Amino acid sequence: MSIFLDSSSKVIVQGITGSEGTKHATKMIAAGTNIVGGVNARKAGQTVTIAEKELSVFGSVGEAMKETGADVSVIFVPPKFAKDAVIEAIDAEIPLAVVITEGIPVHDAAYFWAHAKSKGNKTRIIGPNCPGIISPSQSNAGIIPANITGPGKIGLVSKSGTLTYQMMYELRDIGFSTCVGIGGDPIIGTTHIDALEAFQADPETDVIVMIGEIGGDAEERAAEYIKANVTKPVVGYVAGFTAPEGKTMGHAGAIVSGSAGTAQAKKEALEASGVKVGKTPTETADLARELYKAL
Amino acid sequence: MDLYEYQAKDIFAAHGVPVLPGAVASTPEEAQAAAEKIGGQVVVKSQVKTGGRGKAGGVKLAENPAEAKEKAEAILGLDIKGHITRRVLVTEASDISEEYYFSFLLDRANRTFLAMASAEGGVEIEQLAVERPDALARVAIDPLEGVDKAKALDILTQGKFPEAVKDEAADVVVKLWETFVAEDATLVEINPLVRDPQDKIVALDGKVTLDGNADFRHPAHEELVDKEAEDPLEAKAKAKDLNYVKLDGQVGIIGNGAGLVMSTLDVVAYAGENHGGVKPANFLDIGGGASAEVMAAGLDVILGDPDVKSVFVNVFGGITACDAVANGIVEALKILGDDATKPLVVRLDGNNVEEGRRILNDANHPLVTQVDTMDNAADKAAELAAGA
Repeated sequence: MSIFLDSSSKVIVQGITGSEGTKHATKMIAAGTNIVGGVNARKAGQTVTIAEKELSVFGSVGEAMKETGADVSVIFVPPKFAKDAVIEAIDAEIPLAVVITEGIPVHDAAYFWAHAKSKGNKTRIIGPNCPGIISPSQSNAGIIPANITGPGKIGLVSKSGTLTYQMMYELRDIGFSTCVGIGGDPIIGTTHIDALEAFQADPETDVIVMIGEIGGDAEERAAEYIKANVTKPVVGYVAGFTAPEGKTMGHAGAIVSGSAGTAQAKKEALEASGVKVGKTPTETADLARELYKAL
Repeated sequence: MDLYEYQAKDIFAAHGVPVLPGAVASTPEEAQAAAEKIGGQVVVKSQVKTGGRGKAGGVKLAENPAEAKEKAEAILGLDIKGHITRRVLVTEASDISEEYYFSFLLDRANRTFLAMASAEGGVEIEQLAVERPDALARVAIDPLEGVDKAKALDILTQGKFPEAVKDEAADVVVKLWETFVAEDATLVEINPLVRDPQDKIVALDGKVTLDGNADFRHPAHEELVDKEAEDPLEAKAKAKDLNYVKLDGQVGIIGNGAGLVMSTLDVVAYAGENHGGVKPANFLDIGGGASAEVMAAGLDVILGDPDVKSVFVNVFGGITACDAVANGIVEALKILGDDATKPLVVRLDGNNVEEGRRILNDANHPLVTQVDTMDNAADKAAELAAGA
């Protein structure tokens, strides 16, 4: 098992004909992902050959779903057009939309999230500005390198892409059920809490690692959720202890304003909920390994 | 990007949010000329991107143009919480009957927008929120529905605005919402929003934060960037499309991915505790690609910082393989030649790491030290910075 994505997932790529779309579709196929087609309204009816696989390009997500039974869309559409692409995925009611695109205006993200909500949240959105989701050896929807680690019993949820890779690498001796990169933007679809809930319910996940960073209060809310609902061991890491107030650190969401959103506050909230928090990624991995071995 | 008050008011005025006539001045003479043009009493206000200007002596009333010049002389150059005043706003003085508070902002927790309104404005809103939370209404805004007059009236009722001004204030609120959406702002705040003796509603101050991700649909926003106030290294990095933030330490940092770089800063700061308290000198995320050109551009910016004593290059090969990154470092050092003078500690991990390490070993550059783990590499970089 795994969460949100498994070997039965049928994946389409919105923006498959663009350079990022093509490049990562190739890698996803190599990782064993069952890619069943792509979407580009202007190239509907054409086919593209990616990694020796001939894929149909459909005019819409709805059409692609009807023709292929796709249930996951990975979105590589540029920021200008991303809002419409996500809304199209929501309107087609595809179960999972993974939005890789970086640099989407926050008004657009707020709009498509509100749209998803008004449609009854039939589409789970991961991202935007995220590396995607991988269930090692089963399926890879996004840009997470598939060769870092294999399947295992750790579940990982992270705001940051490269810290996701780093943690997968540190714990490659154990392996992962699923790794979800939820993205570092101010408004995101799937949250730490959503992933924690799913990992708690997943019989193949024994230990959960969550990686947060400065900005907002998502980690604090996750801490409350863990206290009330999560019985599996959780290890945490928070990046940005040395980040100064008022400076954006790369991720649009990573900014400390006033006393809110500091790494220290997040660490304390997590520890108050019984989560062990590592000082560095390596120490965090060691804590997770210890807990795993003690099971 | 946070705007200055005068920029925020220009944007307000363009969208029909009422503001008082005023002009920005960077010399006392300009302030005097502005006061002459406005006529009568004026207020001279320091233009800095921080709060507490009044308490710091950055806002003064002037009876006539000569006095406006004097006040401007006193305020220009004034340091307010580390922000030096380089411009003042000269604006018509207003008769104030009442002061209110109003803002639209991003509500991350609820993944939507929020209106905040209070009939008790003119005070520090953070303080009001803590001390008298009932006095500050927080109303969620559905991005699909926006704010029409009925919604505006509802928000103002919750904020306990007096009946006599509600109708006019609601018109202002609708225009402020239009500003928020049309300009892709993440914050528009008016504190105070005032009622004058004629029951007219005016924005006496303005705070606007714009979303940089939306710059592609707002070419005019480029003109709002205060290039003079930018750190010269940050400006240089920006010109090269690098994501760089200057900090005040001695260990230059280059990494790939925002989260990993933030984490690197922390690990270096911890390591510095054992090496005389050295700290990270900057945040620099060269992104997933990490090509030789980008690496060279990044190193060039960091080596241009006179405070930097050592550099820590921390890369996890994910999408990009470590051999490409190693080649990038070698090439970058060739490009920089004699300009590269500070020791480099390099930690590579991940995709194709063996080959990456071999390339750096073979290059055998005298400035480069390879360390296998992030924690040990941070320690080495801190040690080199402390010993320099």
